[in-house]
Amino acid sequence: MDIFLQNVANSITLGSLYALIAIGYTMVYGIIRLINFAHADLLMVAAYIAFYGILIFTLPWYWAFILAIVLTTLLGVSIEKVAYRPLRNSPRISVLISAIGVSFLLQNVAIVVIGARPKPFPRPEQLVWNIKVGEISFLSLTILIPIITFILLILVMFIVKRTKMGIAMRAVSRDFETSSLMSVDVNKVISTTFVIGSALAGVGGIMWSMQYPQVDPLMGLFPGIKCFIAAVMGGIGSIPGAMIGGFVLGICEIMIVAFLPGLSGYRDAFAFVILILILLFRPGGILGESTVEKV
Amino acid sequence: MLSIKRRRYVTIVALIVALSMLAVGCGGAADKGADSDKEPAADVIKIGVYEPLTGTNAAGGQMTVEGIKLANQLYPEVLGKKVELVVVDNKSEKQEAANAVERLISKEKVNVIIGSYGSSLSMAGGPVALDAKVPVIGCSPTNPAVTLDNDYYFRVCFIDPFQGTVMSNYATGTLGAKTAAIIQDVQQDYSVGLSSYFEKAFKATNGDASIVAKVNYNTGDKDFSAQLTEVKSKNPDVIFAPGNFLECGILVAKARELGITVPILGGDTWEAEEFLNQVTQYKDIYFSTHFTAEEPVTEVSTTFLDEFKKAYPDKEVNAFAALGFDTYILALDAMEKAGSADSVAIRDALAATKDFKGATGIITLDENGDATKTAVIKKVMDGKFVYEAKVDPK
Amino acid sequence: MDDRKNIKFILNIVLLLIIGIFLWWGQDNLSAFYIRILNLSAIFAILGISMNLVLGFTGMFSLGHSGFMCIGAYVAAILTMSPASKEIIYFMEPIVPVLAKVQWPILPAIIAAGIVAAIFGFLIGIPALRLRDDYLAIATLGFAEIIRIVVTNTISITNGSLGLKNIPSVKSLWVYWGIAIITIIILKKIINSNWGYAFKAIRDNEIAAEAMGVNIFSHKVLSFTIGAFFAGIAGALMAFLITSVDPTMFRFTFTFQILLIVVLGGMGSLTGSVISAVIITILMEVLRVVEQPFDLFGLLQIPGLPGMRMVIFAIGLLLVILFYRQGLMGTREFNWDYLLDKIHSFKKRGASM
Repeated sequence: MDIFLQNVANSITLGSLYALIAIGYTMVYGIIRLINFAHADLLMVAAYIAFYGILIFTLPWYWAFILAIVLTTLLGVSIEKVAYRPLRNSPRISVLISAIGVSFLLQNVAIVVIGARPKPFPRPEQLVWNIKVGEISFLSLTILIPIITFILLILVMFIVKRTKMGIAMRAVSRDFETSSLMSVDVNKVISTTFVIGSALAGVGGIMWSMQYPQVDPLMGLFPGIKCFIAAVMGGIGSIPGAMIGGFVLGICEIMIVAFLPGLSGYRDAFAFVILILILLFRPGGILGESTVEKV
Repeated sequence: MLSIKRRRYVTIVALIVALSMLAVGCGGAADKGADSDKEPAADVIKIGVYEPLTGTNAAGGQMTVEGIKLANQLYPEVLGKKVELVVVDNKSEKQEAANAVERLISKEKVNVIIGSYGSSLSMAGGPVALDAKVPVIGCSPTNPAVTLDNDYYFRVCFIDPFQGTVMSNYATGTLGAKTAAIIQDVQQDYSVGLSSYFEKAFKATNGDASIVAKVNYNTGDKDFSAQLTEVKSKNPDVIFAPGNFLECGILVAKARELGITVPILGGDTWEAEEFLNQVTQYKDIYFSTHFTAEEPVTEVSTTFLDEFKKAYPDKEVNAFAALGFDTYILALDAMEKAGSADSVAIRDALAATKDFKGATGIITLDENGDATKTAVIKKVMDGKFVYEAKVDPK
Repeated sequence: MDDRKNIKFILNIVLLLIIGIFLWWGQDNLSAFYIRILNLSAIFAILGISMNLVLGFTGMFSLGHSGFMCIGAYVAAILTMSPASKEIIYFMEPIVPVLAKVQWPILPAIIAAGIVAAIFGFLIGIPALRLRDDYLAIATLGFAEIIRIVVTNTISITNGSLGLKNIPSVKSLWVYWGIAIITIIILKKIINSNWGYAFKAIRDNEIAAEAMGVNIFSHKVLSFTIGAFFAGIAGALMAFLITSVDPTMFRFTFTFQILLIVVLGGMGSLTGSVISAVIITILMEVLRVVEQPFDLFGLLQIPGLPGMRMVIFAIGLLLVILFYRQGLMGTREFNWDYLLDKIHSFKKRGASM
């Protein structure tokens, strides 16, 4: 029983991290239908900024974190302006390739500028401590991250559902041209989307590196793909769906190792199998809606 | 109309740019070719280094190169000539590794090659060097297959069978373990190989049921909680978790956070700052490695340690730098013994290496070109790596 | 017009002869390094044009190429390794008895590699090609990763992460470029056949193509399977070039490198892919210069910057996709008619003067 509860705690930790990052993916995808490959690398950028903020500029951790989130947001918005906006009316494949190109560029610039050796991320002691309940032990982050994820979820939901900007976002995601005819400033809407998405990536990157306290230029690769899978599972474009998808993926990954330890080497393949099954049998994901393309 | 014209114009410009790039490239290549197609200048001996400086293995490659460069600063001359290091990146990719070795041999005309971190990269470079009859000294490729059927490949590190057995003996003998759990990285030949030899040796002394759990993870994973919970439920006396310092640092720290208090054992890759940073506050972490400051295996170890501290004051000593250091001085030693910088002569001198004093111990190369030497066991204590024991080869 | 046809036929023969003479000359006179680079560019050319068939001609964004390469490389390696070295190399777990004694010559092994990869392409294509655009991209990327992870874990067949070694070495320019040229010819024939027209119709407008009576799904699967076949062959060649394989070679980042070749060369141009494969492979070596430390007029020591090459390629990819989406060749092909027309009009002008 202890073992099972321990696994539940593990699942919550991993699942809430996936959920947090998946929300950012789904935000962007929901509005402009683009897999933002660069999202994964924004996590890395945020982690490095926080790292340098604390260690080199000796900022208090909260200032470093805020700085990291702000700069990551700026970077995310400028990526959209430079690399995605000019391609808005071109085939989707071009935008995807552009996104891959940006991701490629960020990783390699990080290797050149910072170097490939990993660095230890300084965990602020005020945020991270070990909690022991009977035989079960976990970090305070296991409680903190779900709370943050949940607050951000509510916040994002509020923006999308209740504000004027949110209505414009939903309009743009439905129909680009019509909404621009209805005097919606499409550029502004998309920029705002990227502000929210990149800020979420910033928070995600910091949380990720507190949980797994090591930063390196390729650190975004693995959570990037996993969280994208989580977003697809939940129904890409659906914000609560991303959260559910993240938790489902986290629980599945932990439980497959817990109950079938012999298959632990296949763990990463398992995530892809779920992804493919969902795409094939329920392309809309758990909460998504399926659309039919017309002429 | 205009747009078509413009498009054509742009095409032409692009073509010109591409062609001129190519021309410059070829020109550059030709220039270099012209330089290096001549016999190497009489006053220089070239040592080629191919290591992963970018890509997934970059960290290990960069550490190794630091050690090689340090050795080069200390011993810049051999046979009365200046030694020139030619360092090329193999991007952690096999086809790049093969290209890199070919480049070192046929363009740079190096006399001897050092590399590479990562056995699979070494196996890509090996056949190229064998064809050209240029000897290669590996710093840290531990897969037994690297030197197999290749008379021109040597290495200064011990290989998986020896290291696995040493750790198994230490676990049973000193730590008194009767049961063990193994956590391995299925994508790393190093981890899989070491685990399998540990398992063999451990089962031989403690019976077939003594390995109570064997779980896997993949390179790049960050979450090990499920694997560790599984291991914890089996209650082993020790955990053997060889692997990359990147993943293992997080893994070991996570094990302690989960309340696993039994000793955790690993291999020589753990001797790295990156690993230590993750586990500073913990204890009962043991690993086999090559050298120590407390009980210097040779006087060269002391030199290396002092010089490393001087050259990189803000960095911790690591095993890869030490191995890189050794490959370089071994190459110089072989040239001196051979009395020439001829590749085949160097190979013969290398093959005859016996009781060579390196920073990582007294090295004798066996008939496969593999090093037999003393292993050192260290543990983590008070945020430092501390000498624990020495194990001589049989 | 018949004249034209004859001339073109002769020109084709002459071109092949010239290439043949170059290969024959190169084999004996180029250094091992240049031969290796040329061989590698032949492999990348095959990869580029096979991915272009799927991406550029049929409009399917598949990122599964590295998976099919992986299959091809392993099939070729296991079929051609000698039983003796199999016994030594599979030291963790012995190889399954069925494969232990097999030893094929190289050419049949290359074809077998292509066929096995094609079978997997077909099996994966049937479910995956019901998706499109980014969903297809992520699903095929997933399949490629699954293939790699399965290869890593089935130790008694593939030797897992320890990889395979002692694969027979092939160094001849003839083999690599010969197969590359055959691939080019076959793919050109396919593209100019009814299949090819159907592929392009699907790329340009799926719904319109369907209305015209093109069976979308079967043509998509066909294109995908052909792409997988040649990716498998390229994988086999890679195994013979490097003489050792292991699963980490075939990460999905490898597919991005092929994507770079296709995009820079022009999506929809075989000629473009071949040219850019050669250019990129050569540049990859030439640009090593930027990673070496160098002196700036003896004033400033600039230390080597590993990773700079990839930064340059990433910027190149972005510039092309943002400002010049056709790439080097757009959808144009190298074409005798164009040249002949030029010569013709030049002659005319000369005659009238």
